[in-house]
Amino acid sequence: MLTLKKSLTEIGRYVQLMGRTLSRPDRMRMFYKEYVKEMYQLGYNSIGIVLIISFFIGAVICLQIKLNIQSPWMPRMVTGYTTREIMLLEFSSSIMCLILAGKVGSNIASELGTMRITQQIDALDIMGVNSANYLILPKILGLMTIMPILVTLSVFSGMIGAYSTSFMGTTTISELTEGFRYSFNPWFFWCGMIKAVVYAFIISSVSSYKGYTVEGGSIEVGVSSTDAVVTSSVLILFADIFLTQILT
Amino acid sequence: MIEVSHLYKSFEDKEVLHDINAVFENGKTNLIIGQSGSGKTVLLNNIVGLLDPTSGNIFYDHVDFCALSKRDKILLRRKMGMLFQSAALFDSMTVLENVMFPLNMFSTDTYIDREKRAKECIGRVNLSGAENKLPSEISGGMQKRAAIARAIALNPKYLFCDEPNSGLDPKTSIVIDELIHGITTELNITTIVNTHDMNSVMGIGDKIVFICEGRAEWQGTSADIMNSDNKRLNDFIFASDILRKYKEAEDEEAAKHHH
Ligand SMILES: Nc1ncnc2c1ncn2[C@@H]1O[C@H](COP(=O)(O)OP(=O)(O)OP(=O)(O)O)[C@@H](O)[C@H]1O
Ligand SMILES: [Mg+2]
Repeated sequence: MLTLKKSLTEIGRYVQLMGRTLSRPDRMRMFYKEYVKEMYQLGYNSIGIVLIISFFIGAVICLQIKLNIQSPWMPRMVTGYTTREIMLLEFSSSIMCLILAGKVGSNIASELGTMRITQQIDALDIMGVNSANYLILPKILGLMTIMPILVTLSVFSGMIGAYSTSFMGTTTISELTEGFRYSFNPWFFWCGMIKAVVYAFIISSVSSYKGYTVEGGSIEVGVSSTDAVVTSSVLILFADIFLTQILT
Repeated sequence: MIEVSHLYKSFEDKEVLHDINAVFENGKTNLIIGQSGSGKTVLLNNIVGLLDPTSGNIFYDHVDFCALSKRDKILLRRKMGMLFQSAALFDSMTVLENVMFPLNMFSTDTYIDREKRAKECIGRVNLSGAENKLPSEISGGMQKRAAIARAIALNPKYLFCDEPNSGLDPKTSIVIDELIHGITTELNITTIVNTHDMNSVMGIGDKIVFICEGRAEWQGTSADIMNSDNKRLNDFIFASDILRKYKEAEDEEAAKHHH
């Protein structure tokens, strides 16, 4: 009963904060500056990790399918085809965002949490700045802009990873290419993009909420950043089931 | 003018402020003094609206601050400047960017003018030369001064300073005190300063509110303060030997004249 009440109040406070966040910025010039900065910080700085993880996962998926599923009476392009579908439908969108929730979520929550406990957010409020709007909106929109790009990069990096296994003498490049091209449904690509945008909103808004509402000191900032990662990961998993159901 | 009326503030069941009544006038440097932990910061935070009073009212030029809508509160706050006890500079920005921030946000001047204004404020707090340093690269006292420059950049109508000269040497303290006092009279603004520095009390205190254990124990001017017979106030201000000796000498003098 008590936990139910607590989680309901938390949802209420989250909605309230989003209400303050999602309004027109006071100064567009300042907003654009922050927006570009956040895209760089949250997105550009994640490109490396996205490329590396996707490359290896693409390679491993390809190898696993080759070893476990491929058999003489199956067309040789099945490996490429299945790798593409897994990357496009689940890995590059959902799992990649789950990994990014760890990196980006803790980053956002600890940054805002530190600003809260060192009274930088109070200083903004006293100046008459809508601090939620100024700090959080650029993060949400920045991540929502950059996430589809990261997901696209992830798909391509995964395919390159798959190609790289051909040097180990498993499937040839042309077989893989044939599989990658086989009955491609562009809608699946757009599903990935929609998921990416939704997850980006979940990660950035939930982590911002956790960081923005910290009370106390450095220990609470640490707790809030762990909380941010756990909560946004769980929400992403729920959203995944939900979105997969309605999109496909 | 800022008026505090029957202000109470409790955290859970711990009462921190008890029935505070005070009037802070324009063009005067109003000081809130008291021991560490007496409730000065909590009082100031209630006045500026960072905390909500448990009961009581705050009036800004006769407008009830607590009753204002969110939007009107934000508009009123654009006329406030505040220096926090911990400076609270934006740590991702340089000193110049910090001071320019309120200007960038609210002023319609050109970039050149905004930069000029920011540099002028930085000059007034003797920080010229440190414009391009980050807050983590300057000393605590310099951070305080940068925060003062940020607070005055937009020529506020109400200025709040939470211990402006803690962590500053006596000489810089006086410069800062004079700066705050100067701006207050020059622009005829309402200034409230939290302090426990007796030099400031004697130097710039036009009106003084003494807080003791969450109660406004004594109010008056710096001229009255030496001659008050409030026991708790005397304990507070004559805690330092020098002032006590000064007071004793003065009393002796008075006694001689009496004979
Ligand atoms: N958020 C809070 N929750 C609970 N108690 C608090 C809170 N903030 C302040 N207090 C209590 O209120 C009292 C007054 O604190 P305050 O910070 O106003 O003191 P102060 O007069 O500013 O002291 P100093 O000169 O050291 O800054 C303290 O006893 C403190 O424990
Ligand atoms: Mg204090």
